[in-house]
Amino acid sequence: MIGDVIDNEQVETLLNDVLEAHGYDFLEYSHASIKRRISRLYALDNFVSFAEFRYTVKTDKQYFKRFLEEITVNVTEMFRDPSFYKALRNEILPTLGTYPFIRIWVAGCSTGEEAYSLAIVLKELSLLNKSLIYATDINPSVLEKAKKGIFPLNYLKSYSENYLQSGGLKDFSTYYSANYSLAKFDETLSGKMIFSTHNLVSDHSFNEFQLILCRNVLIYFDKDLQHKVFQLFDNSLEQLGYLALGSKESLDFWPKAKQYKRIRTEKIWRKL
Amino acid sequence: MEETLIPKKCSALVIGGSAGSLDVLLEIFPALDKEINFPIIIVTHRKPGNDSLLTDLLQNRTQLKVKEVEEKEKILPGTVYIAPADYHLLLEHNKTFSLDYSEKVNYSRPSIDVTFQSAAEIFASELICILLSGSNNDGVEGLKAVNNFGGLVVIQNPNTAIMPYMPQQAVINIKKNVILDAFYMADFINKLAKR
Ligand SMILES: C[S@@+](CC[C@H](N)C(=O)[O-])C[C@H]1O[C@@H](n2cnc3c(N)ncnc32)[C@H](O)[C@@H]1O
Repeated sequence: MIGDVIDNEQVETLLNDVLEAHGYDFLEYSHASIKRRISRLYALDNFVSFAEFRYTVKTDKQYFKRFLEEITVNVTEMFRDPSFYKALRNEILPTLGTYPFIRIWVAGCSTGEEAYSLAIVLKELSLLNKSLIYATDINPSVLEKAKKGIFPLNYLKSYSENYLQSGGLKDFSTYYSANYSLAKFDETLSGKMIFSTHNLVSDHSFNEFQLILCRNVLIYFDKDLQHKVFQLFDNSLEQLGYLALGSKESLDFWPKAKQYKRIRTEKIWRKL
Repeated sequence: MEETLIPKKCSALVIGGSAGSLDVLLEIFPALDKEINFPIIIVTHRKPGNDSLLTDLLQNRTQLKVKEVEEKEKILPGTVYIAPADYHLLLEHNKTFSLDYSEKVNYSRPSIDVTFQSAAEIFASELICILLSGSNNDGVEGLKAVNNFGGLVVIQNPNTAIMPYMPQQAVINIKKNVILDAFYMADFINKLAKR
């Protein structure tokens, strides 16, 4: 475990450097969480002093790549929160199925498990052909992994359980081929995905969608930043489109939330 | 118990527990005064899914308000907060909660270490942390931080724990501590409120 090696002022200094030198703005991230990530990295990489750490982050491009990878939390799963995927399967996607073409944005997609889960549901509803999934993340390394669609085989058992709980109809193993310790997912799934870096803090709206998923990303942002990102989503969502958040996230305190209607108990809102 | 160890003022109480801790919580809660004037934050290891179960169990046994933490929620006195399953629970300087879905710590999410450490920094000498029964190693590092920031460490007497390993580790590794039988916990907490 990490002790209190980096203090609040140092966190502030470092994040200002990162903004200035690399253009990434983490200043409105939840403080406790980002501080923990920074302290963890500092300890992990055995820096002898904060000055050395600061200098390296600021000037070493290669190291900054690592910094970005480690400071963002990339933990994810397939069919995480099965009841959420059940709602997509039974209610949200069939509604969108009436459109000629379905555009979906998975913001903060990490290594892609969520996008592949979504593609599987679309496929089982025979909607995949007319769908396009834009999967974006701030961290280019996770997108490289996501493109490949290769996940560790030892996770697949729990993913398959999630899949069944979410109302999955098939033998989950038909979606991937296992090779040693890895599972490679069917390319018909990734064929309907476009991967790109996109920073929710600084980048603009790039299309209009019928469904936006942004799950377990906003917990890392403070309230003001969350509201800015909601505005970005609002600008990127068609009327009657859906916005899906993580199981502990909420649109409730956003001033424009009244223009959205919550779908039962799920963290899904419809733009009115 | 050495009276000098007890802080003058308690601004937050964090209780961490794993296997065997539910019994203790169920024993403590019916005996808590409703005048408790600090937040009680509970971090226990449990399976994700049945989210409201623990909240309901405890709410049925106390007049204090019991709720699962929502992210960015304000930390209020007289309220019992339950860490949601499968997220780490952090505390912010502006006395709000943050949730964090990062790697497990000690094979656990929520990890007791993570919340103890985070709370130690925010509440410093006005923090009290209690570690209950459990069979893994979570909590000990966090208690060290609590000590370092001047907070008070309370450990369930391992002899009264269903799973003594976790409190035992704490007793071995934490120099400044108070060891309490499960039976006396509620009384201890009620007294804190009167200081
Ligand atoms: C915990 S993962 C969530 C993955 C997935 N959505 C899920 O719920 O399982 C959070 C992701 O958000 C990304 N992220 C963090 N800050 C971001 C930002 N400013 N813009 C875009 N993505 C960001 C991280 O790189 C990480 O991959």
